[in-house]
Amino acid sequence: MTSYRLPKGGLIDRQSPLSFRFDGKALSGFSGDSLASALLANGQRLVARSFKYHRPRGILTAGSAEPNALMTIGSGGRTEPNTRATMQELYQGLEAQSQNRWPSLDLDIGALNSLLSPFLGAGFYYKTFMWPGALWEKLYEPFIRKAAGLGKATYEADPDGYEKSWAHCDLLVIGAGPAGLGAALTAGRSGARVIVVDEHALAGGSLLAETASIGGATAAEFARQAIAELESLPNVEVLTRTTAFGWYDGNVFGAVQRVQKHVATPKDNVPVERLWRIAAKRALLATGTEERPLVFGGNDIPGVMMAGAARSYLNRYGVAFGKRAAVFTTNDSGYALARDLEGAGVELAAIVDSRADAAIAWSGKARLVKGAFVSDAKGGKSLSGISIWKDGKSETLDVDALAVSGGFSPIIHLACHRGGRPVWSDTHSAFLAPTKLNGLSLAGAVKATSGIAACMADGAAQASALLGELGFKVEPATFGAVEGDIAVPAAKAVWSIPGIKGKAFVDFQNDVHRKDLGLAVQEGYGHVELAKRYTTTGMATDQGKLSNVNAIGLLAEARGVSPADVGTTTFRPFYTPVSFGALTGAYHRDHFQPVRKSPLHDWAAKNGAKFVETGLWYRSSWFPRDGETSWRESVDREVRNVRLNAGLCDVSMLGKIEIVGADAGEFLNRIYSNGFAKLPVGKARYGLMLREDGIVYDDGTTSRIEENRYFMTTTTAYAAGVMNHLEFCSQALWPDLDVRLSSVTDQWAQMAIAGPKSRTILQAIVDDDISNEAFPFLAARDVSLFSGQLRGRLFRISFSGELAYELAVPAGYGESVADALMDAGKQHGICAYGVEALSVLRIEKGHVTHNELNGTVVPADLGFGKMVSAAKPDFIGKAMVDREGLVAEDRPQLVGVVPLDPAQAFRTGSHILAKDAAATLENDQGYVTSSCYSPHIGSTIGLALVKRGSQRHGEDVMIWNGLRNEYTPGRLCSPVFFDPANEKLHV
Amino acid sequence: MASLVSCPHCGSRPKEEFTVKGAALKRPAPDAGQERWMDYVYLRDNPRGAYEEYWHHTSGCRRWLVVTRDTATHEIADSRDAALGVPETRA
Repeated sequence: MTSYRLPKGGLIDRQSPLSFRFDGKALSGFSGDSLASALLANGQRLVARSFKYHRPRGILTAGSAEPNALMTIGSGGRTEPNTRATMQELYQGLEAQSQNRWPSLDLDIGALNSLLSPFLGAGFYYKTFMWPGALWEKLYEPFIRKAAGLGKATYEADPDGYEKSWAHCDLLVIGAGPAGLGAALTAGRSGARVIVVDEHALAGGSLLAETASIGGATAAEFARQAIAELESLPNVEVLTRTTAFGWYDGNVFGAVQRVQKHVATPKDNVPVERLWRIAAKRALLATGTEERPLVFGGNDIPGVMMAGAARSYLNRYGVAFGKRAAVFTTNDSGYALARDLEGAGVELAAIVDSRADAAIAWSGKARLVKGAFVSDAKGGKSLSGISIWKDGKSETLDVDALAVSGGFSPIIHLACHRGGRPVWSDTHSAFLAPTKLNGLSLAGAVKATSGIAACMADGAAQASALLGELGFKVEPATFGAVEGDIAVPAAKAVWSIPGIKGKAFVDFQNDVHRKDLGLAVQEGYGHVELAKRYTTTGMATDQGKLSNVNAIGLLAEARGVSPADVGTTTFRPFYTPVSFGALTGAYHRDHFQPVRKSPLHDWAAKNGAKFVETGLWYRSSWFPRDGETSWRESVDREVRNVRLNAGLCDVSMLGKIEIVGADAGEFLNRIYSNGFAKLPVGKARYGLMLREDGIVYDDGTTSRIEENRYFMTTTTAYAAGVMNHLEFCSQALWPDLDVRLSSVTDQWAQMAIAGPKSRTILQAIVDDDISNEAFPFLAARDVSLFSGQLRGRLFRISFSGELAYELAVPAGYGESVADALMDAGKQHGICAYGVEALSVLRIEKGHVTHNELNGTVVPADLGFGKMVSAAKPDFIGKAMVDREGLVAEDRPQLVGVVPLDPAQAFRTGSHILAKDAAATLENDQGYVTSSCYSPHIGSTIGLALVKRGSQRHGEDVMIWNGLRNEYTPGRLCSPVFFDPANEKLHV
Repeated sequence: MASLVSCPHCGSRPKEEFTVKGAALKRPAPDAGQERWMDYVYLRDNPRGAYEEYWHHTSGCRRWLVVTRDTATHEIADSRDAALGVPETRA
């Protein structure tokens, strides 16, 4: 119990206490606390176990870079692992659990890993667990995964809602610290549309941890007033709790807003998180800096904290990080903390400044040791002392808290997301953002400006200049005098610290220490990209926010070069982790994939249909009747009944496109490989559509409804693709043709009525004469229905090979018309049939679908050679369909296949072998594209694409399924199993 | 890929509304010969820099566009309706 709440101070509301639990222990904090500040206020400094060595870890930062204090928040479906306690606001009843420890945080068996650490260095798993390979999956990997780890995700569904939004603005200001507020106030007053985002609950950035004053008000009060002014402006939107996580093409920024992550019970009708895409004409990065840790022994012991964080806990949260503290710094910022600690009455034992020539004046009580380093921190679960190394001599000092400042790294991540590389600056001992960023500027500390006044002025000036580019005239905002600020000029970075005895961590979250980097260089992995992967430095969930620059500095030293020569790994979105929920938005559960229902869906449902998902569609698959125990029984009955009496099938999901215009006929003639120019009004024709490479793209029927109006049907799967294709052809290839296209798939309910009694049944509702003479095969006309009550489109086309029609009626009438047909057909034995029976009927008839139109076949392969017009001067695919390879002798061709023994079956996908050939790839003759049990034939039948298949009817073959080791002796035959003379079509 | 695509008919729209077909090439004459057609169907340049592509405003006006996109920076320099054509010379 060494950190504690001060009796006064901080931006917390001491009138609003909040109770919460950590590992089951009841604790209390105040409104305005973060989980981290509340834990510290309760003296809870041990909050986590490290990833690999299970070392005790405490809170290191007060912000989003926190590597240690990751915990699991919430329970049930709201369990959120790896939450940074520094970013989590405290709320009443919050439940937090520490991670990666067993049986408890205090007594963790995994800490034995520390004893094994000589074997667990960089690349240990590549070396140690190399052999035998078989043990990797079963033994090594599970062991490593169990021993190393983060929190566990829940298996329960997330009960909360998420949302995605677009926003547009003239100026986006990222970060609401001194520079960001200076910019936002300037921009807000100009009338421009401004969005300000800040990742914290309270805007103000570093001002909230300041004891300096601005124009006589405290820095925090200044920030409060600035935000109040911004929020009063209608042209400004301030988004707090919002992290800008990426900069994307077109100056679009990704940001995630944690709308309800700080409340005990989220409201149902408000998302918990909102993903923003912000299209900004200009953007200003005012993200400030990240303080760098120093790499000394035991620098991860609870009680060691970043100096800026210690100052934030002190001034913003009224929490002292220890009772007897020391400061170890390489720059002037440590003195601001020292001053504030003494001001708050916290005992400060020493300031250890690495600079022998530090010029800053110190008038406090604490002892100042210049030119010295903290070489080691001591203690187990809590800091007990430090070793101070100076000129080769070491002294020990008893302290329970140590604040560390190793300099500052500008938070330039977003500026590098579009390919720009960071630039090392010796002057600033830091990587700075690349220049000439199109649409993005930087202001304040992120571009190495130091001091509150200078940062505010820079923000104001940048905003004025950026808005000037957009035509807004606005003077930079000015502010009252800043007093009490300790501006921090750049100081030389310190990478290697002398005299280290203990483990000196570089990457806290992945447990990478100094020697690991040395080892990487020694073993030839000194390149920054290799060192990263060899040691895993920078690869944890914090993506090396604290560690990368130290790692680069140490690599540079080990290689004897400048950090500029080492370079950096690539910054990529996301700046901080983004939940899958936010990325998913509303597109989950029923909204993950919308359900597309045919206008006849309800008709099918009430007739007992079983549905199958095909793409977005729910298609009626078969219609079981009482007593039927398997789908096959139902399908066989439906097929027999269609061939004997009649059936009705929903075919509404076929793509339907209306093609109108004076050149519609010519257009179709160029789209299809077969001729369409002479198609008479009132007739349908089967058409084949090729791709430019000569391969069949899609098929379907197109009917000429009027002189200049055609009605095209496509396959269900390619409905959208064909529409896009037709639009491309009409707009990009032949814009001179007078053609208009409309997708009318959803406008028509379409039903197939097939079977010998179909005409009789249809005639009951169709007013027009549909006798064979009046309405012959391939007739296609508008017809009157129900004594003139309704108009529909009737097509005499057949997929089943039976006398058949397709009737299209306006979608809203579909169900009633289907009902009427079922009523009219009852006495004639009509049945509803689904796509399974439809498929059996078409296989029996040898009709192809996309099983056969598989993206490799040309029309001749299917026996459609005559459908490639030689007479037409041009159509899509004409130039390539006859080229070498597509006319080869041994191309796979459509053929039928049956088992020699009708009792034997085979499966779609089985391969065809010559009768006595071995089952090898070389002997492969083709494969079965479609198969089914045919009630008409009385056995399984198949369609297959087999080499020279059209010339091999009658040949005995072996049907081989290598996956299941099935061999079925079979025979190739004509692909038309039913009514090869097409007599039934014409009755 | 660009986050926003400028459509000559609809203005700046999110890329999710569009589908890209690929290089905007002039379709050869039917009798241009096998070599010319093989180039058109299969051969593509892979330039670093400006590249003309066919984009379809699928979830918008449903017009096909010729979009000039920089393959290195993804910046879009120009977009026009595909009916305005593409130059004959491109291969």
